[in-house]
Amino acid sequence: MNDHLTSMTNDSTSVPNPSVKEQNPMSADAAGATQPPYVFSTTDVAVYYGDFRAVRDVNLQIRQHEITAFIGPSGCGKSTVLRCFNRMNDLIQSARVEGSVEYHGVDLYDPQVNAVEVRRRIGMVFQKANPFPKSIYDNVAYGPKLSGVKKKSDLDDIVERSLKRAALWDEVKDRLKASGLGLSGGQQQRLCIARAVAVDPEVLLMDEPCSALDPIATARIEDLMQEIKDEYTIVIVTHNMQQAARVSDRVAFFTTEVNTESDRRTGVLVEYDETGKIFSTPGDDRTEAYVTGRFG
Amino acid sequence: MAVTSSIRESSASVVRASLTSGKRDVKGMLFAAMLLLCLLTAMFTLTILLWDVIVQSIPVFQKRGSGFLTNDLASSPDKAGVSQGIWGSLVIAAFVVIIAFPVGIAAGVYLEEYAKPTRLTSFIQLNIRNLAGVPSVVYGILGLIVFVQALEPITGGRSVIAAGITLALLVLPIIIITTAESIRAVPNGLREAGFGVGGTRWETTRDHVLPYAAPGILTGTMLAVARALGEAAPLLLIGAITGRLAEPPGQTFWEQLQGKFTAMPIIIYGWANEVNKPGKITGLTFEDLNSAAIVVLLVMVLVLNAAAILLRNRFEKRRQS
Repeated sequence: MNDHLTSMTNDSTSVPNPSVKEQNPMSADAAGATQPPYVFSTTDVAVYYGDFRAVRDVNLQIRQHEITAFIGPSGCGKSTVLRCFNRMNDLIQSARVEGSVEYHGVDLYDPQVNAVEVRRRIGMVFQKANPFPKSIYDNVAYGPKLSGVKKKSDLDDIVERSLKRAALWDEVKDRLKASGLGLSGGQQQRLCIARAVAVDPEVLLMDEPCSALDPIATARIEDLMQEIKDEYTIVIVTHNMQQAARVSDRVAFFTTEVNTESDRRTGVLVEYDETGKIFSTPGDDRTEAYVTGRFG
Repeated sequence: MAVTSSIRESSASVVRASLTSGKRDVKGMLFAAMLLLCLLTAMFTLTILLWDVIVQSIPVFQKRGSGFLTNDLASSPDKAGVSQGIWGSLVIAAFVVIIAFPVGIAAGVYLEEYAKPTRLTSFIQLNIRNLAGVPSVVYGILGLIVFVQALEPITGGRSVIAAGITLALLVLPIIIITTAESIRAVPNGLREAGFGVGGTRWETTRDHVLPYAAPGILTGTMLAVARALGEAAPLLLIGAITGRLAEPPGQTFWEQLQGKFTAMPIIIYGWANEVNKPGKITGLTFEDLNSAAIVVLLVMVLVLNAAAILLRNRFEKRRQS
């Protein structure tokens, strides 16, 4: 797995990979043997945009085949942290990541790691549904084509399987050649999920995927997440606490801290725990204030 | 019942009175009238100009027929035609398409998608904007020194090659700017989607960014060609022929490219300086011929623009479908 990530840039295997440590350094601790292994492990992550520090001191572990929700007020850095997991922050020229983001023990920000390979394994669904201005079929087939799938019958299979997994197949199977932009908002978002799963990633990052959808479309996507979580590890950013409570296994609560000297806001991770605990017996007053609606 | 209805009636009349009273937006209406007046002034001037030219050109096309389009330059208004000018202008347009399109679009893509936002990049961007504003006669001097004199062995001196390269350089900044602006208008979500499924920068640019930006790029490039077709000043410096252009027989295409040349704007410029004596056979003057030449040039530009609009509509349809 580690070889695969670095294969594009690393041809001398004799170079010791500094980031390959013990595979799951924490799995032996109190959590016990029943806990699934870690997919991501972040250590003291801070993200800067220019000289503005958007978020700091993020230490958390994402477990395999779980749904982890990031909640918190606007500007608390939850999307920023999410975008570290597949190096989407690379697209913002001024963005800089400090600390380490490890994916199965490999530091994603190691210079040898190829961001394109990272994104093939770690798919993303965005806040605003952004299908390509192409046909439904081409939207789903695009990723696999880039990965080298050429045979028409293989692509057909992938498209059908992905659309079925995204619970969209029955609605679009007769018009695969129609434009993806002609679908409704909820259908477009499921198309984007189908497009993301078509490259067979291990992780799905979802950045407020339901914020532009009505409750029915939202419910469909939440059901979908439950159906596919056996195959994927899902991290979802949401503003909707009910959604976090409904779908997630674990919740990370972020908030903003204002530096009294510079009056600048920085996001911090306040608490990270099982969903039930966060919503019933949170360990931090700020978490309690937020989840009970008394945000201060 | 009666009470409520009477209250309603009175309230409706009160509401009507308050809704219909109040002063009109006089200033707003004056402003709109002024805007309309400005528009009409511009349209009026343009119409007069076009009308004048077209009316004067009609006898030329009637009496000379297609001979006006197929004849070479000559000293008599009975014989002179614009074929050499059409050829010269088309070759120049071809040079712009071959040189300025790929280079300009590539430079625009680089600036927007690849270049890091350093000081050097913004310095370059600023200078490209400045270059787009440099008077065309300055490009003429550049063409004279570099392409006519320094590179004479290749261009053949005062040739259509030198003219074509010069005008390609003239419109290059325009193409770079319109390309960069069209690419900047591509929604970021589209890029993120491309990267999100594991596309490289190049794959995302090729498959999503460029197709989305294509209509805008196309419009810009076609306007650039139209600009190149209409430029006269740089061609005068490069040495386009204004009088009679003898064409020795048996030239190869390459020799034609390296030889003396003229172009539509130059013919118009030249004929404007001719003695205004009517021809013995047709009774047409060079002034009449000039109107006809202007119509020919306008038609060339309009055909190009129409082609650009048609192509753009096709791209836009594909973008939505």
